[in-house]
Amino acid sequence: MPKRLDVLICSGAACISNNSQLIRKKLEEVIAKEGLQEEVAIIETGCMGPCELGPVMLVYPDGTFYIRLKEEDVEEIVKEHFLKGRPVRRLLWETPEARKIAEEKKQIPFFEKQFKIALANCGKIDPENIEEYIATGGYEALGKVLTEMKPEEVIDEIIKSGLRGRGGAGFPTGLKWKFTREAQGNEKYVICNADEGDPGAFMDRAILEGDPHAVLEGMAIAAYAIGAKQGYIYVRAEYPLAVKRLEIAIKQARKYGLLGKNIFETGFEFDVELRMGAGAFVCGEETALIASIEGKRGQPKPKPPYPAQSGLWGKPTLINNVETLANVRHIILSGASWFSSIGTEKSKGTKVFALSGKVVNTGLVEVPMGITLRELVYDIGGGVPNGKKFKAVQIGGPSGGCVPEKYLDTPVDYESLKELGTIMGSGGLIVLDEDDCMVNIAKFFLEFTMEESCGQCVPCRVGLKQMYDILDRITRGEGREEDIELLEKLGKEIQTTSLCGLGQSAPNPVLSTIKYFREEYMEHIKERKCRAGVCQFKKEEKLETAIEKIKDII
Amino acid sequence: MKREEILQKYTPELENILFILHDLQDNNPQHYLSKEDLEAVANYLNVPYSYVHGVATFYSMFSLKPRGKYIIRVCESPACHLMGSSNIIYELAKLLGIGIGETTSDGLFTLELSSCLGVCGVAPAMMINDEVYGNLTPEKIRQIIEEKRRER
Repeated sequence: MPKRLDVLICSGAACISNNSQLIRKKLEEVIAKEGLQEEVAIIETGCMGPCELGPVMLVYPDGTFYIRLKEEDVEEIVKEHFLKGRPVRRLLWETPEARKIAEEKKQIPFFEKQFKIALANCGKIDPENIEEYIATGGYEALGKVLTEMKPEEVIDEIIKSGLRGRGGAGFPTGLKWKFTREAQGNEKYVICNADEGDPGAFMDRAILEGDPHAVLEGMAIAAYAIGAKQGYIYVRAEYPLAVKRLEIAIKQARKYGLLGKNIFETGFEFDVELRMGAGAFVCGEETALIASIEGKRGQPKPKPPYPAQSGLWGKPTLINNVETLANVRHIILSGASWFSSIGTEKSKGTKVFALSGKVVNTGLVEVPMGITLRELVYDIGGGVPNGKKFKAVQIGGPSGGCVPEKYLDTPVDYESLKELGTIMGSGGLIVLDEDDCMVNIAKFFLEFTMEESCGQCVPCRVGLKQMYDILDRITRGEGREEDIELLEKLGKEIQTTSLCGLGQSAPNPVLSTIKYFREEYMEHIKERKCRAGVCQFKKEEKLETAIEKIKDII
Repeated sequence: MKREEILQKYTPELENILFILHDLQDNNPQHYLSKEDLEAVANYLNVPYSYVHGVATFYSMFSLKPRGKYIIRVCESPACHLMGSSNIIYELAKLLGIGIGETTSDGLFTLELSSCLGVCGVAPAMMINDEVYGNLTPEKIRQIIEEKRRER
């Protein structure tokens, strides 16, 4: 029987780190004490989005959205709100621009401009309960393709929808499916790339933790389309909660006959197994990922052959990213024309972005393609905190670049971002303010890719180290006049000669900061000046050395 | 669990190597892979020792030297860096009296850096074993460490 109130507690990783589990426990206690068990349902959901304000809680039917909850607030909420119908106003979201308290979730600007497809169920259902997923129309799309559509028709529908890979490169998903279907071979595989490693991106994690069945259903539909019986999800070991929820989801789907043999009594057979990474960024590259599943060091291979021809154990393999797969069921159910009506001419649908860094509302947002960066940073993100001045937004992680204020009105789609010298990437948006030094940021990203380079090819292994050394001396005040040109030359060579995407895109953060913030580089080199005050121009004291020193004192 | 029992949980196929290494490491009270572990895996999967060593050293989550009961992994991704992860690392090092990659003499804590933990919304963040801690401040870190010391 439906209860009078549904209380949804966010149990995404960020809210858990802010003790949402304690809130839940306390809530259960107080509700039991007040004898409300029959009237109030407590549901743990996946990520609701505004991580900075966690732990967050949503109360239906009125849609009251509570933020920054503490254990001691629980009793008041139960007594005032649940018993007397008076929401506790001091715990609601006050929007700074309107100085208004939002009584309902839909009045909050953070949610207003969002359009949720991939995140449709995140924060709405209990991810550990398959029946809640089914109640939202879950596995209906799989039923539809198995009973009403030929594999070719499924592929056509995905092609028509205009869906493109959400993991970085933006390759048309339907074409990938078509190539894998047409490849020779009886045995084929579907792999879900859940090795989300881009710093600043956490949408895949949220989907896996908040709506794991959407990924399983997307994989099953893909398997039917390309003719595969076995699928693998390669997930990062850094995400233990995602691993746990996927394990539960797979078990439940098998129990309900939605994975395994004779699904929907159509004779279609498909099962999914988990594979875990062990902390290697390069394994997000598809050929490295395949090597890792095979039990090898995760080193990329030259392409072609593409995985669609020769992938896992040499068999045709389809690799799709988590967010891409989460879109599939909605395209099947609502149609390609519905999906392609959202977004821009060449970038259809929505994209999930992870907002972090110097922005008021950090967290996860899903918006139609074509929204401007300004809307993302200011309208949804609430702008830069503490009255500081916006400097740039870093998009696409270590493969992407920095976009300055001047281009904030650029629509977000694959092509426009590429023109700016960055990429959509997996959708991490890190906002930088006047206190951030662009040379230092470029150095920091390069340090990351340098360390994560698998070491196989020379341009990436040696070239990145050389670029790093140059940046390092610039930030120490020992830069030379010719260094900027040298960086540009080296960067372009590494882009064109590296074996895989890691090396090919690693120079982007440096090249884009030189393009837009050349004067900051010049100041470092000519005047030994860092306008953000980050670079100290002393003999740099490495963090490790600093720590060594403290140890001596102790 | 004994080493042999762990191995027997998996079929002796190369594709299980990461699972086996994770399992062996998780079941070792010192959270690491010993030379004997690597040798046993090599025998079990019928590959050279050098192969297993090569795989174990490729992935940053495997350690070939003993570590503490609590492995602290501070996120070093740009989002955390911008929000002050260096101070957090500095504070932890001061508090524990160890450097990065080292273990306290009582065998309780190991301090490591990690790539993005995917909780950028609550940066700076760290993990202690499987638990995530976000919005870190020096004050919060002192509390967490004290708590862990009490739990020991």
